[in-house]
Amino acid sequence: MRYHFPLPALPRARPLCAAGLCLALLAGCGKDEAPQQVSGGDPVKGQRLMAQYQCAACHTIPEVPGPAGNAGPPLEQFGLRSYIAGGIPNTPDNLSRWLDNPQAMKPGTAMPDLGVSPEEARHMAAYLLTLR
Amino acid sequence: MSAPLQSVLHPAGPDAAIIANLSWVLFGGGAVIFVAVMALMVLSMRRDARPVAARWWIAGAGIAFPVVVLSALLVWSTWRSAELSPQTSRGAMSIGVTAKMWWWEVRYHDPVSGREVVSANEIRIPAGRPVYLGLTSSDVIHSLWVPALNGKMDTVPGRVTGLTLHADKPGIYRGQCAEFCGEQHARMALHVIALAPDEFERWLAKEAQAAAPPSSPLIERGRCQSCHTIRGVASGARLGPDLTHVGGRLHIAAGTLRNHRGALAGWIADPQAIKPGARMPAALDIDGATLQALAAYLEQLK
Repeated sequence: MRYHFPLPALPRARPLCAAGLCLALLAGCGKDEAPQQVSGGDPVKGQRLMAQYQCAACHTIPEVPGPAGNAGPPLEQFGLRSYIAGGIPNTPDNLSRWLDNPQAMKPGTAMPDLGVSPEEARHMAAYLLTLR
Repeated sequence: MSAPLQSVLHPAGPDAAIIANLSWVLFGGGAVIFVAVMALMVLSMRRDARPVAARWWIAGAGIAFPVVVLSALLVWSTWRSAELSPQTSRGAMSIGVTAKMWWWEVRYHDPVSGREVVSANEIRIPAGRPVYLGLTSSDVIHSLWVPALNGKMDTVPGRVTGLTLHADKPGIYRGQCAEFCGEQHARMALHVIALAPDEFERWLAKEAQAAAPPSSPLIERGRCQSCHTIRGVASGARLGPDLTHVGGRLHIAAGTLRNHRGALAGWIADPQAIKPGARMPAALDIDGATLQALAAYLEQLK
């Protein structure tokens, strides 16, 4: 003879509510804001260009293949940074100009002018600002 | 180029074609035998399967079949292998290659001056004729393997081994160290660049010349000449790759980075982040502007 013990019904709805609440709280951390828009910039093209110009020779960049160099700062969460090169406000226009010609904005910087065109710079800026 | 840079399945020379042919016959034969064994297994599981005496299996599938198949294969592969290029410098152009941790020193003989022309990490050869590589190593055992052109050949310290490369037509063929040699074994690649014969002669004549412009105070400031030779600027050091025409190479750091100003600057600034354990130290006292100038100088050493 086997006995069947009735299992108490699990309050299924509650964990879902808790998870929803957590997400709502996390959403308050600022990451839900859309990344700054770069006019004429395509993040997908930008990511490809980052690989083409081998930015990873000096920078560690998520999702960009390469040797994870250390000569320049890592670019993780770059879209959340306030400043480029320790002092230039990280706006889409400034970032595009920086990628186009770093020497012009900060003479003596170790970051080389790689011959990136203004259009390519906008794509790369669009990609970098999505890193958050 | 449509074929992949480095593939045994896309042979680009007569020797690699023979090796690929042998491989395909082995794959094909193996596949046929596998399918036959699986078919026999399915047949044996049928309800009305007739039992076959064990002695037939032993005599047939255990002795007769392997003896016939393996003997035929031995005769055929011996005959086919005899067609591979002989590993000799006779009748072939010679190039010296010394494997090092973790790069390749390449030495050509300049037919005009009779002098040695030293380069690195790139072997340029004339297409359509055999080129004999005299191989050695200055530290541990490495192995040179350019899959599209030939099989592997070990490089052994204190000994000279040889390998013949024969590219049918101009192209770029990637090679790789194929014997584990330490921390950066995986980043010890090289490229074989096959050129049309007249183009090769022009390239070698240019490669034999000293660097232009012939002087750079930057090199001394960076103390590069302690390890690197730039013919016409600083000669004698053989610890690191010869940089006389570094700007003309496709890659730097043995295939690690494509060669351009940014990669050169990143490499000079901190090679240890890019290729940890490499013998080149990081530049600790070079300011940004000097780093830029140094990279730009090296880039135009074509």
